[in-house]
Amino acid sequence: MIKLDNVTKKFPGMKIPAVKDLNLEVKEGDVCVLVGPSGCGKTTTMKMINRIHEPTEGKIYIKGEDALKMNPINLRLDIGYVIQEIGLFPHMTIEENVATVPNEKKWPKDKTDKKVDEMMTLVGLDPKIYRKRYPSALSGGQRQRVGVARAMVSDPPIMLMDEPFGAVDPITRARLQNEFLRIQERIEKTIVFVTHDIDEAIKMGDTIAVMREGKLIQHATPGDLLSAPADDFVADLVGRNRSIKRLHLIRIREILDDVNRIKPAPEDMPLDDVKKRIEDSDIRSVIVVDRDNKLKGIIGVNDLKRKTGEVAGDYCQKISDSVTDDATLNDALSVMLEMGEGYVAVVNEDDQYAGTITLGDLLNVVKEDN
Amino acid sequence: MLQNLYKLVLVPLFLVIVGVVIVIYTVNNPTDGLVARMLTYDNVIRALREHLMLMLVSMIGAITVGVLVGIMLSRPSLYYLGRGVENVVNVGQTIPSLAILALFFTWLGLGFRVAVFALFLYSILPILRNTFAGITSVDDSIIESAKGMGLNQFRILTRIELPLAFPIIIAGIRTAIVINVGAATLATFIGGGGFGDLIVTGLSVRRDMVIVTGAGLAALTAIILDYVIGQIEIRVVKWT
Repeated sequence: MIKLDNVTKKFPGMKIPAVKDLNLEVKEGDVCVLVGPSGCGKTTTMKMINRIHEPTEGKIYIKGEDALKMNPINLRLDIGYVIQEIGLFPHMTIEENVATVPNEKKWPKDKTDKKVDEMMTLVGLDPKIYRKRYPSALSGGQRQRVGVARAMVSDPPIMLMDEPFGAVDPITRARLQNEFLRIQERIEKTIVFVTHDIDEAIKMGDTIAVMREGKLIQHATPGDLLSAPADDFVADLVGRNRSIKRLHLIRIREILDDVNRIKPAPEDMPLDDVKKRIEDSDIRSVIVVDRDNKLKGIIGVNDLKRKTGEVAGDYCQKISDSVTDDATLNDALSVMLEMGEGYVAVVNEDDQYAGTITLGDLLNVVKEDN
Repeated sequence: MLQNLYKLVLVPLFLVIVGVVIVIYTVNNPTDGLVARMLTYDNVIRALREHLMLMLVSMIGAITVGVLVGIMLSRPSLYYLGRGVENVVNVGQTIPSLAILALFFTWLGLGFRVAVFALFLYSILPILRNTFAGITSVDDSIIESAKGMGLNQFRILTRIELPLAFPIIIAGIRTAIVINVGAATLATFIGGGGFGDLIVTGLSVRRDMVIVTGAGLAALTAIILDYVIGQIEIRVVKWT
């Protein structure tokens, strides 16, 4: 889909080329993550694909066509583009921002409107609420979403993303990453993704291209990169605690079926039955759910000493946080650490209770890998 | 809605009425025969007409040229020239308006046209400077994302840069107008007419009423124009 053939970029006035003799191929539907320390040429490489920077030497092919011979405007209209600073247009409403490319392509108004609604819903912004707002009225996370929606609105086959989740707090970032992966599973775009964060690279990438000083050091799948780093630099980059990093590669739902946990207690379950369940449980507590199978709380052994009611719902303590089943094991771990508990409740896409993961489960996964 | 009506119509209307009341009062209650001869409706209206014409012609010219040159200088290829021009403009702005008029008088002679030309040159400066500053202050990331999405240079200018620079350009125009109204009162020295006629003749015959009328009307004109443009700006710029 995208092929860089011996590409070199030398900025005027610089002695050393920013990118040197780079060969890279990205397959259709893959997410290729360019990763490396700052100044390694990863952003420059990405920006040559839509010709924000023109390569000094070498060829770039997109779907087999020579990109350097195409009209740059047309080329860019078919490539989604998200940059770190997002670059929303502050004087336009969210709806106008998202409709930028359709307006450039002169789509009919109703088609644009429909697509804008669709994209905003896809990234989790209710069009009814946010359409007419200005970017200044949005939080950092919401702006990132608008940036992604704006890049995808015309359904470009290729997307370029330069640290698109860089400017938000870690929790929001993890959520945006998960949402993005869920969307990507459905739309299967070819994506070139730039980041300096190796954890993000391992999580997001189908393949990872490690760069240093303008050269491509290794291009491999995350698994291969972790198990067989090409040299000391890559090994250093992925770090020593590689088994922990593997937690990034595994999604919760992949192991959820294997962990056999006590069933949750419905909120109207009588107390004696609840006690029995707690005794059988390996975390000495049991999750309580309401009628819609949504998370209501948790009862531990100690909670039962307060005698204030008859059924499970009267005793349960609120749970401060949960994870979705498409989050990675690493996300689960950080939520556990944040809560200071040895477990975390898992919910599915519809917010229904799906299971519980404990620290022990994570240990088992890490052990199996080694 | 009611508030809009109040701000956009009633406030300027009130200021106009104040001006009319001043004129009616002074024309009907002259302190002596000399004042009565100077302050006739004919004279006041002629001064107003000349004053407005001086401003209008010079401002239209200044806005057109100032904005266009400002845009040109903000293009990447001329950017460094722009920085230099900005400095020249800042120095030019420190020359007193009277000196500018005097300079043009020695060069081009007397008359309305010479006055307009001098005012035009003097008013270009803040507009040009603000247009250049407004466009070049647009965040690079905004320009880059627009470029990356496939907008060409012209579209980036019209859809992104000019709208974002608009408040700053308007601020420049407001500054220019206030300067222009003041400087236009000096046009009388080179035969340009306007409220300056009233002020200067009032001064030479020592009649305070004539001076105050001329000066008051000039000030009111500046206040009204500045106010109206400010209101237009608030209505156009909704995004801050």
